Amino acid sequence: MKTEDLISLLSTGVTPADTGLSRRRFARALLLGGLGSFVLMLAVYGFRHDLAVVSRTPLFWARFAFPATLSACALFLAARLSRPGTRIGAFWAAPAVPVIVVWSAAVAVLCLASPDARIPLVMGTTWRSCPFNIVLLSVPAFVAVFWAIRGLAPTRLRLAGAAGGMLAGTIATMAYCLHCPEMSVAFWAVWYLLGMTLATLIGALLGPRFLRW
Amino acid sequence: MSGAEERLRALFVRGLDGDAAAYRAFLDDLTAHLRGFLRKRIYYLQDDIEDVVQEILLAVHNSRHTYRPHEPLTAWVHAIARYKLMDFFRARSRREALNDPLDETLDIFATSDEEPADAKRDIGKLLDQLPDRHRLPIVHVKLQGLSVTETATLTGMSESAIKVGIHRGLKALAAKIRGNA
Repeated sequence: MKTEDLISLLSTGVTPADTGLSRRRFARALLLGGLGSFVLMLAVYGFRHDLAVVSRTPLFWARFAFPATLSACALFLAARLSRPGTRIGAFWAAPAVPVIVVWSAAVAVLCLASPDARIPLVMGTTWRSCPFNIVLLSVPAFVAVFWAIRGLAPTRLRLAGAAGGMLAGTIATMAYCLHCPEMSVAFWAVWYLLGMTLATLIGALLGPRFLRW
Repeated sequence: MSGAEERLRALFVRGLDGDAAAYRAFLDDLTAHLRGFLRKRIYYLQDDIEDVVQEILLAVHNSRHTYRPHEPLTAWVHAIARYKLMDFFRARSRREALNDPLDETLDIFATSDEEPADAKRDIGKLLDQLPDRHRLPIVHVKLQGLSVTETATLTGMSESAIKVGIHRGLKALAAKIRGNA
């Protein structure tokens, strides 16, 4: 087929472009991926037994806000990286804001604690499994988010993969908050962040392979 | 250059609203720009230029819904063209690693022509390989110029199936090109 024939094929009977498609695709991915991670959390770990009580404390929601704000940053970056030629500029630094806030709080808590209480505040009782639990829970969200990005038009696949992995990791961490017994900000500052970072790195690794279009 | 940006963007935005004539003018103009862009970048593979041009045109069409009217069109098109060109180089180096050492790349004076060469890969043949639910809507609506309603009566498919078939079929066509690259 000659190029002029292809042009005529593409332009004949052209319909208005569906500009809401990106939004709908991400909405569907967040809904299904979030639901998948939530159900997986219930099936593998279950709610923490005192969830009804602890969910009325501000500390519980402060913890939840950490992955939630990072999730908003990741969604923004993933949506931009799914479209060709968009500039990110200073927005690259956005995810640093929640991290710096949590780190500052962690340092403050550790400074105020007595020296022999500091290690337990950071390590908690579940540090060995926490990051890997988050990575496991990110799998359903990961599949959904990658499906959404791939159907759009990412041109920087490694970065788009990293943003997608980060989005999946933050969704998984929100689900994990409903199970995790750790209430020390120093613990979240290290182990939650490690889990979400692992998900981001896995996304960067898999992006070039699975996001091609 | 900014004159081209303004003109192309005006045509493209009208195309996004479903104006076929404007969209066609945009694609014609874009094709000329793409040939120039590619001639500078793959000058030793002139025979492949039309293939890459067609691949980029299809990619631009399939992802046109990701363009936001207030953003620079040049950056959007350039990102797609660059991405598809990298893909072409990657596929080619993989193929060369398998067979065909050195190829004709050293034959600098072998041929010379001003006219756009024919594409080596025939999209029409790839189109024939698509399943009927994709192929028939594209053939009737996009090649023969029938309306969606006429095509629906002719094929017995529903109108929404025709629209979805065109959309998915053109994506499947792009995927086939990637597979055959």
